[in-house]
Amino acid sequence: MKKTLILTTALVGTAFAANAQEVTVMSWGGAYTKSQVEAYHKPFTAETGISVNSVDSDNPATPIKAQVEAGNVTVDVADVEFSDAVRLCDEGLLEEIDTSALPAAPDGTPASEDFIEGALQDCAVANIVWSTVFAYNKDNNPTAPDSIDDFFNTADFPGKRGLRKSAKATLEMALMADGVPAAEVYDVLETEEGVDRAFAKLDTIKDDIVWWEAGAQPPQLLADGEVTMSTAYNGRIFNAAVAEGQPLEVVWDGQILDFDLFVIPKGAPNKEEALKFIKFSTDTQRLADQASWISYGPARKSSGALVGKYSDGKTDMAPHMPTAEANLGNALVNNFEFWVDQDAELNERFNAWLAQ
Amino acid sequence: MADMTAGNYTGPAGTEGAAGTLTTADGKPLKAALNAAQSKARWRAFFLVAPLLAFVLFTFVAPIGQLLQRSVHNPGFTTHTDISSGTQTPIMVGLREWFDNNPLGTEPDEAAYAALAADLVVLRELKAPGSVGTRINYERSGSRSMFTKAARRAQKLEPPFKEAMLDLDEDWADPEMWAAMRGASSAYTFNFYLAALDMTRDVNGEITQVDPKRQVYVKLFQRTLFLSLLITFVCFVLAYPIAHLLATLPLRYSNLLMIFVLLPFWTSLLVRTTSWMVLLQSQGVVNDALVGANILADENRIQMMYNQTGTIIAMVHILLPFMVLPLYSVMRPINPSYVRAARSLGATSWTAFRRIYFPQTVPGIGAGALLVFILAVGYYITPALVGGADGQLISNLIAFHMQKSLNWSLAAALASILLGGVLVLYWLYDRLIGIDNLKLG
Repeated sequence: MKKTLILTTALVGTAFAANAQEVTVMSWGGAYTKSQVEAYHKPFTAETGISVNSVDSDNPATPIKAQVEAGNVTVDVADVEFSDAVRLCDEGLLEEIDTSALPAAPDGTPASEDFIEGALQDCAVANIVWSTVFAYNKDNNPTAPDSIDDFFNTADFPGKRGLRKSAKATLEMALMADGVPAAEVYDVLETEEGVDRAFAKLDTIKDDIVWWEAGAQPPQLLADGEVTMSTAYNGRIFNAAVAEGQPLEVVWDGQILDFDLFVIPKGAPNKEEALKFIKFSTDTQRLADQASWISYGPARKSSGALVGKYSDGKTDMAPHMPTAEANLGNALVNNFEFWVDQDAELNERFNAWLAQ
Repeated sequence: MADMTAGNYTGPAGTEGAAGTLTTADGKPLKAALNAAQSKARWRAFFLVAPLLAFVLFTFVAPIGQLLQRSVHNPGFTTHTDISSGTQTPIMVGLREWFDNNPLGTEPDEAAYAALAADLVVLRELKAPGSVGTRINYERSGSRSMFTKAARRAQKLEPPFKEAMLDLDEDWADPEMWAAMRGASSAYTFNFYLAALDMTRDVNGEITQVDPKRQVYVKLFQRTLFLSLLITFVCFVLAYPIAHLLATLPLRYSNLLMIFVLLPFWTSLLVRTTSWMVLLQSQGVVNDALVGANILADENRIQMMYNQTGTIIAMVHILLPFMVLPLYSVMRPINPSYVRAARSLGATSWTAFRRIYFPQTVPGIGAGALLVFILAVGYYITPALVGGADGQLISNLIAFHMQKSLNWSLAAALASILLGGVLVLYWLYDRLIGIDNLKLG
């Protein structure tokens, strides 16, 4: 009797030890986190037995910095934007990731060539290409807007506009609407006159703007009829339109492309597992799988061919990808170096403009 | 307790002390015995409050001390702390020495550039150019990438260093850049306070106003002060009759009404704020009702949210109980016969109210106003959710610098100014009305 007790205790003990293997992944919440849970977390746990805790934030870069500086890191893997990944890495807040250890593509192409240019950084591995677009509610727009100019044209397209409360992407869109070609946007924005020009354009719709901060807000604002058009992360609009049947439509003109990258904060409690997770979830198949849950483009070239239909089995994903040929007509690739440098300055100016 | 013991004994001891040294039964001088007894009581009292004291020190005094320290201390340019090991290494040593030896206004010479290049090599090894660049970027934007780029190539730089550095980026010769580095070369600085008051130092170290297009903080401090006063006043106007009604109604009715006051008080702040969003938004309940009743045309819906109106409405509602409760507790014990006496002596009802009733409620008004005002000054979630652009308060910018721009020193400076402002107002209140007049119940 006593023996069995000891035995069971020992067994329970090992069971617990095995269960204790876990990794905490911080992401952006909503439909995006869901796509990661389906495409990465569940298969990862099934294959390795390591459980994944999913936590959300409006922007994971912020809690990461706070946690690392306070020496109390609870997150093992975080999903951050390009400029934040570079900045945090420069500040020594992230673990370096040996990108040569990432799995090669099925046809043998090494990871370094398989990933899109810029997707592999010293401390970060990209998983998706996403974009900031503007979308509209078909019920509230008798004529469909089709260019970024229409977003700033409240005379012909009356109604409120939703915009992310941040200088990034907002200023670029203002300049594109003001007639600056995508290729010149950052050259213009580097000058004082360029910044003035962007704010002058924003001034024309300032009274009609509803500001949003979390990625889940714009689909809600559009569906409620609070705004008639809003900038948004393209995948969120896709999710609201296709999965929830909302009458929302994306306008690709003037879209701004960006990466989301996985990083490991310095001092992460489960660094080994974190690395395993990143290797697993950025392989060709997993990245393609995620694209069947949300319309963000995979960061590997080899995943493109594997992207098929949405998880409902009937919606073709290809035309909803920001990287689809037809959507790249007037597209801007976010210049992370510009934002790493100018973020503080332009947001200060942006805040002052908001308060005026 | 300690005071009472002291009161009982010092009296007799004091009066008889003049006659000679009094002793207790076991021969000790009475004074010493008394002190011993009292100190025991004092210690006991101290131990009783010790947990609270420790708690307050740990959760209140220490963080505020840290906040104040962070607002004047930013070692981003002077010390590098390795995150995993915690080792601190002094950085930019050569350049800081050059700054020490050469007064403000000296044109940076070859020695300065050589020191800079050598320091950049050390930064590269420590993987610190990003954090140093960020520190300088607070003072001069666009500097961050200059540091990261230059550090990457620092090892390959060859004399003359001035030319080599300028080849990398012409901006290295920018006097503003050198002024910024000189400013940051001491970990202790008041520059964050200057920034928090929309001021900056020019290349000669003189304090100047920042470009009007970038001025934001003073305006927001003013707005916060104005809105908080307005909200306090509206709360007072709304709460006074409610509290009076509660205080004068028979208990069984007033208890019921009291529950209506307390119910929202017990509801989560977020729930209340989001319910206001449901009510006030342009497709919300209030607008729908007005349109449904044909009072408003569908295209003329009132914008009651995402502006100052939204902030004021939601904050007044949330803070109202803080005004009602102190007023109620002061009004309840007021004897109605005073007002009756005044009326019977010929005072009009207005005079009786003004000269008899109102003065007795002043301590409650003071307490309520102080509570509401101080809470309103630091309000953050409600304006963030319903305030839009022009309903933002200074606390939203403090949150912005804490959470988004990650400029914690500036956030600390803003918060310290806010704290200082509230203390000044508290002092003014004490001078004008007197803090002894405060009554919460």
